[in-house]
Amino acid sequence: MLRAVAATTATVAGLFLLLALKPHQSPTAAAAPPVEPTPGGSPSAVPSAPERDGTSGTFTGDTIDTARGPVQVRVTLAKGRLTAIAVLKGEHREGPSADALARLTKRALAAQNAKIDAVSGATFTSEGYRSSLQSALDRADG
Amino acid sequence: MAEPRTVRHAEHVMGTVFSFDLRGAPTPAVTAALADAVAWLHRVDEVFSTYRPGSQISRLDRGELTERQCDPEVAEVLELCRSTARAADGWFSATAGGRLDPSAVVKGWAVERASQLLYDVGARHHSVSGGGDLQTRGEAAPGTPWRIGVAHPLCPGDLITVVTGRDLAVATSGTAERGPHILDPHTGRPATALASVTLVGRHLTEVDALATAAFAMGDAARGWLRARDGIEAFAVTADARTWWTPGFAAYGEVPVPA
Repeated sequence: MLRAVAATTATVAGLFLLLALKPHQSPTAAAAPPVEPTPGGSPSAVPSAPERDGTSGTFTGDTIDTARGPVQVRVTLAKGRLTAIAVLKGEHREGPSADALARLTKRALAAQNAKIDAVSGATFTSEGYRSSLQSALDRADG
Repeated sequence: MAEPRTVRHAEHVMGTVFSFDLRGAPTPAVTAALADAVAWLHRVDEVFSTYRPGSQISRLDRGELTERQCDPEVAEVLELCRSTARAADGWFSATAGGRLDPSAVVKGWAVERASQLLYDVGARHHSVSGGGDLQTRGEAAPGTPWRIGVAHPLCPGDLITVVTGRDLAVATSGTAERGPHILDPHTGRPATALASVTLVGRHLTEVDALATAAFAMGDAARGWLRARDGIEAFAVTADARTWWTPGFAAYGEVPVPA
């Protein structure tokens, strides 16, 4: 059980780095504001996972350029748990991928609870590794 | 109840990161084998790197060495390239970029070898990842299979599916992070039809090599992979569609029709 908690912590930390979140509205908790990782930020940012202090609040991510165009999301935390994701910027065109971002939202929420042991396909380069979910998993306590 | 102890190690080598995740309390033999596996990966980099002018592969390419003068592993890897080229019907070549470059098969081959080193000394439950290509053995915990998230190639940080199972090899070829870099051997230009293709099988050496060929092949890989025993696949196309082989659903979550 301890391991599962640690893994979840690491997963959320990984998501935070990946989403490059910054506080947008004031966190509602009295706890210190979460870290503000920058894209490609230092690895040392990882252990200070925001939810260790049970942070609550709404956080807006940087706009990230993807192969499908710019994407920006806003997440809501309740005592450190990811409870909602809103897509602020992203593709909404009609066609086979019209609901791609809706699926993204569901998948990102699911990733927190998926108890993933490892990730395939995300860490081709040393640079990419630093901000990856795999990196967060490697730091999980045994 | 205390969870069984696990050992994790991340090693930067070959321009990427290799992650070791060993489940259960390590014996001294396992600890020693992990060190051996790490040393072996660095040795592979020295011999096979195309970025090192003095590597055996670079010298072989320049004609300064013959295949027989190289370490026996070089012949083993080059034969692996040839057998992959035959299996892939021309969609794989170790010289697609105009020079000898077996990189597409070396990583998976090295990961599987490292995994075997650990298994042979009693680490029966572990996962070894080389830059996102994985060989797992046994299971994550007694009665619990490994769960491998597959990165969404178009949405960084998201998972597109999760592959679950025991003794699985999982390899993903795609354009995420490195951009188009897998060359179509027929044209010498980057393949762009797929955003990523993930293959699941038993041995990473085979799975990783076939994943590279499948990526170059594009949508035609769907029929080609369906015909291969012991290999299942899940692909995301460049225009954000997905397809998978019929047997993939036994391992991975597949999207519910919208």
